[in-house]
Amino acid sequence: MKILICISHVPDTNAKIPFKDGKPDLAGLTFVIAPYDDFALARAVELRDQTAGKLTVLCVGKADTEPTIRKALAIGADDAIRVDAEPTDAFFVATQIAEIAKQNQYDMILMGRESSDYNGGQVHGMVAAMLGLPCIVPCMKLDLNGNVATMYREIEGGKEVVELPTPFVAGCQEPIAEWKIPNMRGIMTAKTKPLKVVSPVATAISTQVASYEVPAARSNCKMIDAANVGQLVELLKNEAKVI
Amino acid sequence: MNVLIYIESENNAPKKSSLEAVAYGAAIAKGQVVAVAPSDADTTELGKYGVDKVLQFTVSGKLEATQVASIVAQAAQAQSAEVVIFAKSILNDLAAPMVGVHLGASVASNVIEMPDFSKGFVVKRGVFSGKAYTEVALNNAIKVLSIKKNAVAMTEKGKTAVIESFSPSVAASTITIKETTQKTGDILLTDADIVVSGGRGLKGPEHWGMIEELAKTLNAATGCSKPVSDMDWRPHHEHVGQTGIKVSPNLYIAVGISGAIQHLAGVSSSKTIVVINKDADAPFFKAADYGIVGDAFDIIPKFTEALKNTL
Repeated sequence: MKILICISHVPDTNAKIPFKDGKPDLAGLTFVIAPYDDFALARAVELRDQTAGKLTVLCVGKADTEPTIRKALAIGADDAIRVDAEPTDAFFVATQIAEIAKQNQYDMILMGRESSDYNGGQVHGMVAAMLGLPCIVPCMKLDLNGNVATMYREIEGGKEVVELPTPFVAGCQEPIAEWKIPNMRGIMTAKTKPLKVVSPVATAISTQVASYEVPAARSNCKMIDAANVGQLVELLKNEAKVI
Repeated sequence: MNVLIYIESENNAPKKSSLEAVAYGAAIAKGQVVAVAPSDADTTELGKYGVDKVLQFTVSGKLEATQVASIVAQAAQAQSAEVVIFAKSILNDLAAPMVGVHLGASVASNVIEMPDFSKGFVVKRGVFSGKAYTEVALNNAIKVLSIKKNAVAMTEKGKTAVIESFSPSVAASTITIKETTQKTGDILLTDADIVVSGGRGLKGPEHWGMIEELAKTLNAATGCSKPVSDMDWRPHHEHVGQTGIKVSPNLYIAVGISGAIQHLAGVSSSKTIVVINKDADAPFFKAADYGIVGDAFDIIPKFTEALKNTL
């Protein structure tokens, strides 16, 4: 099974995002594989092992993303491709992924359901549309039997069990697999695994960030005495007017 | 500028979120407001919120995102729509970017306000998992938006929509649904005006009765924190937070949730937040509008009782 796992390089989700001059100032932050992508990667490693296949990790980003890509190699990907460009928007990233996929014919293209920085949740759908493939989002369980996949996908208020043949695209989330922590051997071998850097294909600029805004902190929490819940009801009704 | 809205139906009526999408479309349209809707959706409400014309299609069974995208793209082309609007839902969030590819459109998800036309076509959406917002300029001639709950005020336009039958060509999907487990009758988290969530402070799944009772009293949906769904006290689809469902209700009530940054990210766009926690230092109080320090097991039943007497 040839598997492509697409990852985003994002600030650690525990970090508070600092803003300077109206823009996120990410310089001092630790970067990680986006959490949902990390879940997808963990399952991709297991499926590669199960099928004795090949797992390629793909990241659209500049050279500063390479430590994150090496981490994915340390966790278990066999080789890596970095498309050397700023991931400006979902359409740009999807175009790059689709281009790589056309050249390599993967059986499965996996990624997280959304990145934790721009939260677009669009790349999987765009890649699927560009390649004419079916797409399952959010995929919470993925098992393979030959070339037929059985997946759980979340729906509003529940879940569905679905079946489909490869090839497909899936946007994954927990509990698809447990996050894997690279071991020492993984970290050592990751240094010598192939990481190919390719140039992006050109696209028109579809969307552009015009400005950022940090939500105003809620000014003051009005504290109510535990013995007087009636006051809370009163405030919700007459002050906040939400009940 | 013609606007096209995709309608999802539920119990033979358009979903409330779809009506919000209609109101959003009616507020920005300078030409026709067209809805593309399954034939089981009653059209009265669509006209009421501003639809001029409904393209009705017949469905057999559940549509996959690829099929929704194909229907909507064909409708958009037939109507020369410049803006295509989806209400946020799991299926629509996947169909919208596909429509974007089919139409060569700019796509924005999780849109929370009306567009700003003073700088072109600029929409506001959440980024960094609720920690910030960004204004995004959509450059292409056609725009596809998926809008979050409460992105627009519901204004009645009192129109009567013209109904046209619509027969798009839809390819079969290779996806087979083997089994569906869905709680029916419950208010969905993303649709709810009020959400009541419980955390680890409730000590075990057996104590959720009082949360459900409170939710029922308020006509609210129930949610939970990540540890609670990780421990299987509650199902995953109730997990509210950065890696779960992001909600934007009018009222969010958090019981026994300390307020980790990842949880706050999922609730930050709620209008009013109430926090009930026995730990006065819980970080959630800093992100709340109203707070009570105390024992949830004592407070919640009394709160529910007081609400029953008022509502």
